[in-house]
Amino acid sequence: MSEEADIRTLRTVRKLLFAVVGMFVFGFALVPLYDVICDITGLNGKTAGQYVSSEPAVADTSRTITIQFLTNNNAGMPWEFRTEKRAMTVHPGELNQIDFYARNPADVTMTAQTIPSVTPYYAARYLHKTECFCFDQQQLAAGEDIEMPMRFIIDREIPADIKSLTLSYTMFDITDQHTSQQASD
Amino acid sequence: MYKAKRFGWLIAWPLLLISGVAFAGWDDVNMRQGVTEISRRVYELHMIIFSVCVVIGVVVFGAMIVSMLMHRKSLGVKPAEFHDNTKIEIIWTVIPIVILVVMAVPATITLSAMYDASDSDIDIEVRGYQWKWQYTYLDEDPAKEIRFTSNLLTPPEEYNNLAPKREQYLLDVDNPIVIPVNKRVRFLVTAEDVIHSFWIPDFAVKKDAIPGFVHEAWTVVEEPGIYRGQCAELCGAYHGFMPIEVHAVEQDEYDAWIEQKRTEALAVYETVGKEWTMEELMAEGERVYLQNCAVCHQANGEGLPPAFPSLVGVGVSVGLMDDHIDVVVNGVPGSAMQSFRSLLNPAELAAVITYERNAWGNDMGDLVQPMEINEMIEAAQ
Amino acid sequence: MSAVIEEHHDDHHHGPDKGIMRWVLTTNHKDIGTLYLWFSFIMFLVGGTMALIIRAELFEPGLQIVQPEFFNQMTTMHGLIMVFGAVMPAFVGLANWLIPMMIGAPDMALPRMNNYSFWILPFAFGMLLSTLFMEGGAPDFGWTFYAPLSTEYAPPSVTFFIFAVHLAGISSIMGSINVIVTILNLRAPGMTLMQMPLFVWTWLITAYLLIAVMPVLAGVVTMMLMDIHFGTAFFNAAGGGDPVLFQHVFWFFGHPEVYIMILPAFGVVSAIIPTFARKRLFGYASMVYATASIAFLSFIVWAHHMFTVGMPLAGELYFMYATMLIAVPTGVKVFNWVATMWQGAMTFETPMLFAIAFVILFTIGGFSGLMLAIAPVDFQYHDTYFVVAHFHYVLVPGSVFSLMAAVYYWLPKWTGHMYDEALGKTHFWLSFIGINLTFFPQHFTGLAGMPRRIPDYALQFAEFNMLSSCGAFLFGFSQLLFLFIIIKCIRGGKQATDQVWEGAHGLEWTVSSPAPYHTFSTPPEDLREAHG
Repeated sequence: MSEEADIRTLRTVRKLLFAVVGMFVFGFALVPLYDVICDITGLNGKTAGQYVSSEPAVADTSRTITIQFLTNNNAGMPWEFRTEKRAMTVHPGELNQIDFYARNPADVTMTAQTIPSVTPYYAARYLHKTECFCFDQQQLAAGEDIEMPMRFIIDREIPADIKSLTLSYTMFDITDQHTSQQASD
Repeated sequence: MYKAKRFGWLIAWPLLLISGVAFAGWDDVNMRQGVTEISRRVYELHMIIFSVCVVIGVVVFGAMIVSMLMHRKSLGVKPAEFHDNTKIEIIWTVIPIVILVVMAVPATITLSAMYDASDSDIDIEVRGYQWKWQYTYLDEDPAKEIRFTSNLLTPPEEYNNLAPKREQYLLDVDNPIVIPVNKRVRFLVTAEDVIHSFWIPDFAVKKDAIPGFVHEAWTVVEEPGIYRGQCAELCGAYHGFMPIEVHAVEQDEYDAWIEQKRTEALAVYETVGKEWTMEELMAEGERVYLQNCAVCHQANGEGLPPAFPSLVGVGVSVGLMDDHIDVVVNGVPGSAMQSFRSLLNPAELAAVITYERNAWGNDMGDLVQPMEINEMIEAAQ
Repeated sequence: MSAVIEEHHDDHHHGPDKGIMRWVLTTNHKDIGTLYLWFSFIMFLVGGTMALIIRAELFEPGLQIVQPEFFNQMTTMHGLIMVFGAVMPAFVGLANWLIPMMIGAPDMALPRMNNYSFWILPFAFGMLLSTLFMEGGAPDFGWTFYAPLSTEYAPPSVTFFIFAVHLAGISSIMGSINVIVTILNLRAPGMTLMQMPLFVWTWLITAYLLIAVMPVLAGVVTMMLMDIHFGTAFFNAAGGGDPVLFQHVFWFFGHPEVYIMILPAFGVVSAIIPTFARKRLFGYASMVYATASIAFLSFIVWAHHMFTVGMPLAGELYFMYATMLIAVPTGVKVFNWVATMWQGAMTFETPMLFAIAFVILFTIGGFSGLMLAIAPVDFQYHDTYFVVAHFHYVLVPGSVFSLMAAVYYWLPKWTGHMYDEALGKTHFWLSFIGINLTFFPQHFTGLAGMPRRIPDYALQFAEFNMLSSCGAFLFGFSQLLFLFIIIKCIRGGKQATDQVWEGAHGLEWTVSSPAPYHTFSTPPEDLREAHG
């Protein structure tokens, strides 16, 4: 092959390799991108982190919203995990509290992480949690139990067509990850 | 005649289709209309888009067939010269766009209706497990809720061809969902382990059950009857063995059923307190075992190693009672062995543990009382 | 021009080496093309055997032959092998053989890399197949390997599966770089892009798709690997990940992937129909634009595979509309083929029969695709045999028929002999009947409510499943006839002329039959024939 053709070939190959690497990176970039899209759209009913209110809570007493609480354990999670109440009827804007209860019946110390999920998904944006056990991990010794309060405000901006929403908590056993993290710390 | 013979296949092919239809009947080859307003709208949409495809198909395939019959070299035709025509190309780009836009309108309306799950009368949490469903009828008061597990009723002998197959082969369950007709029922769908999919064709409801997330679907069933569905997302070996059965009944029948379920729960609570004999535990244990354990550990207890270990002569079944209870009640993290604490009541747990220790020649001779299980579960409090 | 003349002087006209090392070390595009084609044919038979195990189990209700665990391994391996081992390498084989000859180039631009990209494949698939003999069995989570079934709940062999996918992906990426560089830089002097045969065009676009999405596939399996072995939580909700994210990333790869398997088929059919209609391809330019539009659209429709995961309404609507749009350029292609046949002077040799069957049956697959695009109706179709029928209609009588058509069409050029026309037609009819018998009834079982990927089914589906299994065995065993025809043609037969087919146009038909080991060492002067 001639030199000129060689150079052209190399140049094209280099561009294509850049594209390959770029797309590989893009594959990973989809992960944070997905989280951003979830935050904006409430895709998959993910709720945001801790909410800090800039203005005092003013309840909109003209309407009520029913919020339902589900508690579940993921596979292999032996803890008892339940809610004090199945549902609450609240006004948008007011600060509410509900208690959850967890107990570790196993004979070893375990660590749990709870994952919230909201349906309908577009209500997730209007559910603000000022305090939630899902922001932290819980570590309980064998037989130990814990009362876990959760405080939340439903945004006054919540669309009129949402009259009820469901907040589901799923508890996962992360004892393994937790110990390996500690080991590496 | 010659031509007809060579092109017999053009006729043979639609004939094949028609014979397929005739062989089974139209209802057996088409989507079912179902028993909800939504399912009928879905069916209508399906028929519209299907008809559009048939019409386009007749035109396109018709043109091809005419061309194949008439524009043959053997007929002595000379090929034409044309190889593009902007006008006709624009036409056959624009017409499909118009058809699609027209199609999109009813599709959008139906989809929006399917997505509005507010104002429900009854909320049922649906939870997919490998390989069964658990249903919880939610109530303001968690103590009054009804929760039960729904297992495949068809016994392994039938799918292992050792017994004749029943009419509802692989589609029947021990504990069906019961709902009243003409009430808005909301399903809150989630999963315990892997992704499942909750599907009832007659309601046009299909929602993936995803561990850690909850999604909702709703239905209003208009006709009383028994409706059957299946898990629609590959969830492991026994994906094909976790059907869904819904009984839609009149309101009073539903109320009676709810009452009966609550009484049953109470009865179970009371039976926990009584002293069980070995015979009672073994009889109940065998029933519980076959429904909940036999899919993996097999009816003969020998399992399917390495995924599903044998229970005969090895492991906790012939080890310490406390270890055995721990495995069944709490499960084994990181394996397919799940926690049965919330899936079985204390009496069932005691029975199945006793059964496993004494069946298949394990003959440990010991038993555990439901009371003891109950105490252990509540113990550390 | 001078550079090219110099090259001509340097050129030594030697034939291939002798013995096995010829194939191991070869950098000749024709040898490598042959290797790819044989490899994919072997994989086609391996994957086909798995399909027959599946169909044998599904012949009647009850578990007769295999247990559910092994059944899932078969469906998974069948999908992976057919997609990555049979269809994709077969098209790469065609690209190797034909692209240099069609554009008047002496070889592929990067011959050494060409050799590597082929020889990675036997290792990749050897590794994948070896999982069948491992403890815990082969991957059993479907070819779409959804997390967490493929991560937390996977058999230990999943790591080998991941490496096999990595290797196959590297091979595809290398192959597609080679194709792009060859097409962009080695066209005969004077040949513009819009003069290239459509097969070259479709491959150019396919290669760009591969470059864009194979790295994403590599990314997603890498994330799986990290979740399984290094404690990350991309797809595990407990650590802040999301199993649905897996599906998004997978289908971002997966949807373009299905077009990777069909676009070169469009190119093949666009070469064959004009030849046997003795009439130029109708709407060449619109074919090119339609292919490019399909490729573009393939990047923005992925979530139509996930209508039931609980996406927001707006998302569902967007993906539904975008997906419906694909029908427009696809329709243009079908209309163009029909217009090419219209008022031609057709003869019906085996390649033409396969090409016509392609147009009809692919269109049927396209119709069911359009039906699947309607999100509310998709809730009823999703994950049923209707979907199985749909994608097998576009893949088997679609991609695979186009490959068979291509083999019959170019076999005389490759071997110098005509294949046995009577046997070829027999093969076509057996395949055509077999395939329709297999997959048409699956539309019915799907609509009646049979989920896919189940080893056993309710009694109401029994008749259609039995019909389907009979068709599968007919189709499967007819492929042995295909093998026999190819071997017979390689060993001898009527001498093929240079042009082979009366209506054939294109540079590959200007060289002698069989094509010499080195072609176009001097670029062709007369490009009038190139267009086809």
